[in-house]
Amino acid sequence: MSPILQVRNLVTRFDTVDGIVHAVNGVSFDLEEGETLAIVGESGCGKTVTVLSLLRLIPEPPGRIESGEAMLYEGAARRDLLKLSEPEMRHIRGGRIGFIFQDPMTSLNPVLTIGEQIAESLVEHLGMDRDQACEHTIKLLARVGIPDPEKRYSNYPHQFSGGMRQRAMIAIAIACTPEILIADEPTTALDVTVQAQIVDLVKHLRTELGMAVIWITHDLGVVAGLADWVQVMYGGMVVERAFVDYLYERPQHPYTIGLLGALPGLDRKGTRRLVSIEGTPPELMRPPSHCQFAPRCSYAFDRCWQEIPPLLPVGVRHEVACFFNVEKGRPW
Amino acid sequence: MTDDRKVLVRVEDLKKHFPITSGIIFSRRVGAIKAVDGISFDIHQGETLGLVGESGCGKSTTGRVILQLYRPSSGRVFFQGMELTALSDGELRLLRPKMQMIFQDSYAALNPRHSVGKIVGEPMVIHGVASGRELKERVAELLALVGLNPAWVDRYPHEFSGGQRQRVGIARALALHPSFIVCDEPVSALDVSIQAQVVNLLQELQERLGLTYLFIAHDLSMVQHISSRVAVMYLGKIVELASRDELFDTPLHPYTQSLMSAVPVPNPKVERKRRRIILKGDVPSPAHPPEGCVFSTRCPLVIDECSRIEPEYRAVRLGHFVACHRVGPGW
Repeated sequence: MSPILQVRNLVTRFDTVDGIVHAVNGVSFDLEEGETLAIVGESGCGKTVTVLSLLRLIPEPPGRIESGEAMLYEGAARRDLLKLSEPEMRHIRGGRIGFIFQDPMTSLNPVLTIGEQIAESLVEHLGMDRDQACEHTIKLLARVGIPDPEKRYSNYPHQFSGGMRQRAMIAIAIACTPEILIADEPTTALDVTVQAQIVDLVKHLRTELGMAVIWITHDLGVVAGLADWVQVMYGGMVVERAFVDYLYERPQHPYTIGLLGALPGLDRKGTRRLVSIEGTPPELMRPPSHCQFAPRCSYAFDRCWQEIPPLLPVGVRHEVACFFNVEKGRPW
Repeated sequence: MTDDRKVLVRVEDLKKHFPITSGIIFSRRVGAIKAVDGISFDIHQGETLGLVGESGCGKSTTGRVILQLYRPSSGRVFFQGMELTALSDGELRLLRPKMQMIFQDSYAALNPRHSVGKIVGEPMVIHGVASGRELKERVAELLALVGLNPAWVDRYPHEFSGGQRQRVGIARALALHPSFIVCDEPVSALDVSIQAQVVNLLQELQERLGLTYLFIAHDLSMVQHISSRVAVMYLGKIVELASRDELFDTPLHPYTQSLMSAVPVPNPKVERKRRRIILKGDVPSPAHPPEGCVFSTRCPLVIDECSRIEPEYRAVRLGHFVACHRVGPGW
């Protein structure tokens, strides 16, 4: 295994009329070839801004990538995505990195047919001519499970159902056989039975194409069957990262423990009260000076209010950013 | 079984068809969306009946038709023995305090120009149950009851977070001492950690005030958590209804089974071993539901009969109803 993407100390801010929003405050992670990383967190935790920053899709202004680097590897050579020019980035987006978003209706162009939108990417990145692109598009549509691909080629997005639109988005994303697929809450707007179809499709394509996947979600359930690594974010920071089994078996950060406790699981009997995390998510209007979770944390002590806990290993393939050892009931 | 308990709400063969019209000046009816198409069930005093289904299955319409926010196309609804479907709007208004609703989108459900105090107090003003100082006291009491600071009466909805706004909606629903509340996806728009807060609040209030809930949701695990009995809807029909434990332990309808198998479990080891029933295609349009069984176009167990004859909704065990040709009486 070799790394394909290495993100270090990413800081992204937004200038708004109310002040500066500190959306991402020093995020670092590695992605290895063919691996699936899930980024989990609630709204406003910075999970989407993190990947939009990597893709350089943050509108500037108001957004600003303050610092950090994002190395994309090509064999031994590497390039910092945050330093590339716009034409170079265009080559990477849709070429080496494919992406799908939550709402396919706003991501697809309503006045172009589905086929044209997929073919566009083939013409642009792979230099195919119109006929080749059309033929290849029909193959792609069939591959993502759209019935009647020849007929569907000339349909417009509004003629597709939600699940079919997401399939079309996936076809665009994988058109140029990317090495990384970034999926930002791709199933949140879908019904569970359709969600199961889409997750199943991505799993198949991942093995077929050997892609690495970054899957962003707020749903710890979906991630359990999909990810190799899970990274939990809170207040623009990574608070815990672990190999998927360890995260669910022995969550270490009080926030992760709370999130898992708040889930009503089908495998548990529902007589108990759900564990709720009191309070509300952080406002992000000030740069973090202490643990972002401290105001809602029942384990918080003096130190949590004085410094930001660094993300440190607590075991094999398991890192946590917390001063308190929840299992032992005392600070580390 | 809960069948010996007092029935608070009874629904009999309820239908709600929305007309599809064509033409701008002379509009004529060209078809109908069969949002709710012949459903029957009881809701017992003090229980939570979960109503679960995917988008467009008619679960929200069911909630609204029960409260007579939409008048049904046919069928009857009884509340405390009174036939709501036979009452005039004026007569209904007298009953409204007893039956309330909590909405999914708390931002849309609260008037942005009214302070929280006015929002929560308004039902009491309209029904003339409190005024002046008494009203203020009652509003403060309600805010405290749902876990909000009573000092916030003069704040406006935009000053609250999603979870807090949902609490305001709950306080308003409780203002007139209702006995029955339709909760229409009350936590779907909230973050996981906030969902738990609101669900716990709803359960506490039910225990303290003896409320009866119709809990509408698409999240099966949330429905399992909160309900005493669960009804599963598909394309305007109830396909299965049973007590919570029975439904989740032995689901009989193939749709219920596939719905359950589609819900991801937050446990990687279980997930890896699970065998999913993955349904093909999408839900058909309620304007043109399939002949026979509505689920026949996607059903993994479909036989000839299913596309010709509509399966009867019947009890296969005490309190366990199912509408499927493939479920025999011996199950």
